[in-house]
Amino acid sequence: MEKPTTEVGHKVPGSIAQVGVVMRYSFLDYLRSRRFVILLGITFIISGILTGVIGYYRPAGFLGSPLAFLSGWWGMSVTFITVLSGIFFGGDAISGEFQNKTGYFTLPNPIRRSSIYVGKWLSAFIAASIILLIFTVITLANETYYFPGVSIPWQFGESFLFAWFYLVAVLGFTFFFSSLFKSTSYSILVTAILFLFAFTLIQTLVSALAQVEPWFILTYGSQIIGNVLTTTYPEHITTIAGFGGRGGAAAPTFTTFNVTIPEGLAIIAVYFLVTAALGLILFERKEFN
Amino acid sequence: MTNPSIEAVNLSKTYGSFTALSNLNLKIEGSKCVGFLGPNGAGKTTTLKIFTDLIRQSSGEALINGNNVHTHKKAALANVGTVIETPEIYPSLTPTEALGMISAIRGIPHSERKKKIEDVIVEVGMQEWANKRVGKFSKGMKQRICIASALLSDPTIVLLDEPTTGLDPRGMSEVRDIVKSLKKKDRLIFMSSHILSEVADVCDEVAMIDHGKLLVYDTLPNVTAKFAGGANIVEVELIRPIDSSIMEKNIAVIQGVVSAEKKDDKNLRIKCSGGLDIQEKVLSDLVRLNIGVVSYKPASSALEESYLNLIKDTL
Ligand SMILES: Nc1ncnc2c1ncn2[C@@H]1O[C@H](COP(=O)(O)OP(=O)(O)OP(=O)(O)O)[C@@H](O)[C@H]1O
Ligand SMILES: [Mg+2]
Repeated sequence: MEKPTTEVGHKVPGSIAQVGVVMRYSFLDYLRSRRFVILLGITFIISGILTGVIGYYRPAGFLGSPLAFLSGWWGMSVTFITVLSGIFFGGDAISGEFQNKTGYFTLPNPIRRSSIYVGKWLSAFIAASIILLIFTVITLANETYYFPGVSIPWQFGESFLFAWFYLVAVLGFTFFFSSLFKSTSYSILVTAILFLFAFTLIQTLVSALAQVEPWFILTYGSQIIGNVLTTTYPEHITTIAGFGGRGGAAAPTFTTFNVTIPEGLAIIAVYFLVTAALGLILFERKEFN
Repeated sequence: MTNPSIEAVNLSKTYGSFTALSNLNLKIEGSKCVGFLGPNGAGKTTTLKIFTDLIRQSSGEALINGNNVHTHKKAALANVGTVIETPEIYPSLTPTEALGMISAIRGIPHSERKKKIEDVIVEVGMQEWANKRVGKFSKGMKQRICIASALLSDPTIVLLDEPTTGLDPRGMSEVRDIVKSLKKKDRLIFMSSHILSEVADVCDEVAMIDHGKLLVYDTLPNVTAKFAGGANIVEVELIRPIDSSIMEKNIAVIQGVVSAEKKDDKNLRIKCSGGLDIQEKVLSDLVRLNIGVVSYKPASSALEESYLNLIKDTL
């Protein structure tokens, strides 16, 4: 039977304080890691390409209004950057503890496994947020260059918050996969394939072919980030009549889906909550051997 | 302060149909050093991993100071230092930082941290590397840092899984000395090892395990007396060099001594004619000779004999 704790020596800090400790040191590890530098490099390359192309070709679609500019610049690339930092910082966060055996150093200490999970999650979130912020600054710098004196459209603030929220879900998701696998390459590969191809593919198949709203796909929810930057938010469901069928059959219709803001937020939130809970449960049960 | 204790209650671990640990019942209590022996795959690491929350038992309980490791991990491991297998440290951290993390997790007060960290780094002989990144360290260097991390909070219980593997000969002897020095500070040390001479050298008691089952847990002299099969050799350490004449005139003639030889000036090997009762008599006679006996223990070869006899028996 359980006996009450007999305390000797130092008092072990509370779990929240320990989360902070894990967060601090794994953030230090992220900051010094090559992947942070690589991700920073990718962000600069993407920004550089955008800056160059727009500066050289001056596309009318971009330069019509600040909103159009931001929609083109940010709307097109921010989800990519978000997903990339999710994969970079979350893809092997937990699987690495098993494969690289760093778990053997931290786990046999008076600390809950969940504190380690949450601490690492927060540090990945901060690291990825730094990348997102840098991209935001570059975006806004360009926008102000082309539209000096014009105030930044409020929609951008919304879009930024949505992107940040999306990052939360992406990291929840990558951490979940990261605790599903013990191999870092598997966990990174699977999350990368899912986010960069599979989700979009399923989304297209479901909506275009099956004509069903893909409300269960995270990337569908993430469309609010770009949609909010359009002058008028796109219609939720648009159905257009196709060409008339032969012999007087009913004309087939083609439906496109655009996620609404509440729907998008709900999808992102549910993805985060579910994957965070599952990831934590998996990590609690996982064995080091 | 209560006596430090670790206890396995009906502890079992299965992997599918394979039983790695089978109903282990073992209670170790008090300040001492206990060696954990057994052939490869016996279940030593499995046991130690259950006690450190690296794996979970299939049934039974693992208790440290009465706290269940699985359900009350923080309380159970609050005063425990461990090195299980070969842990890795976040490669971009320096030993000082990695130990800083552990001391913060363990709640070592801010004001003491710096000194504590410096002390343990010196204790494992890594002061020159204290502020270099761990990523490029050799296996043995990392192992030293891990040992340092186990000592950081001055734990009352230390669990070690083959602490000297991966170390160079010098490192092995240094770690052995560290473990010995830990003993003096009133601690319970539970250490798995394949190096029987090391165990005979530093441990007071041994637990032997094979095929996931406990074969014996007893004091070193009892184990060797019972299982060494008549090879009752004791090693005697003296505080001052002994004269050869005393060896012949006084020691060889003690009742119960079959033969006595000098390993060097201060170390003797004495073969006794029987078990513990005779060994005890020999010891008291030796002490009466006033030759400066500081240690008296079964020879490591006796432990090896016992080990081979016990393990052979189970095949
Ligand atoms: N994940 C696993 N799946 C299946 N069997 C396992 C697993 N981990 C360990 N085992 C088995 O459990 C048994 C006990 O292993 P353990 O590592 O505890 O041995 P050990 O006594 O530490 O041996 P060694 O002296 O070689 O370190 C071994 O037979 C091993 O094959
Ligand atoms: Mg082992």
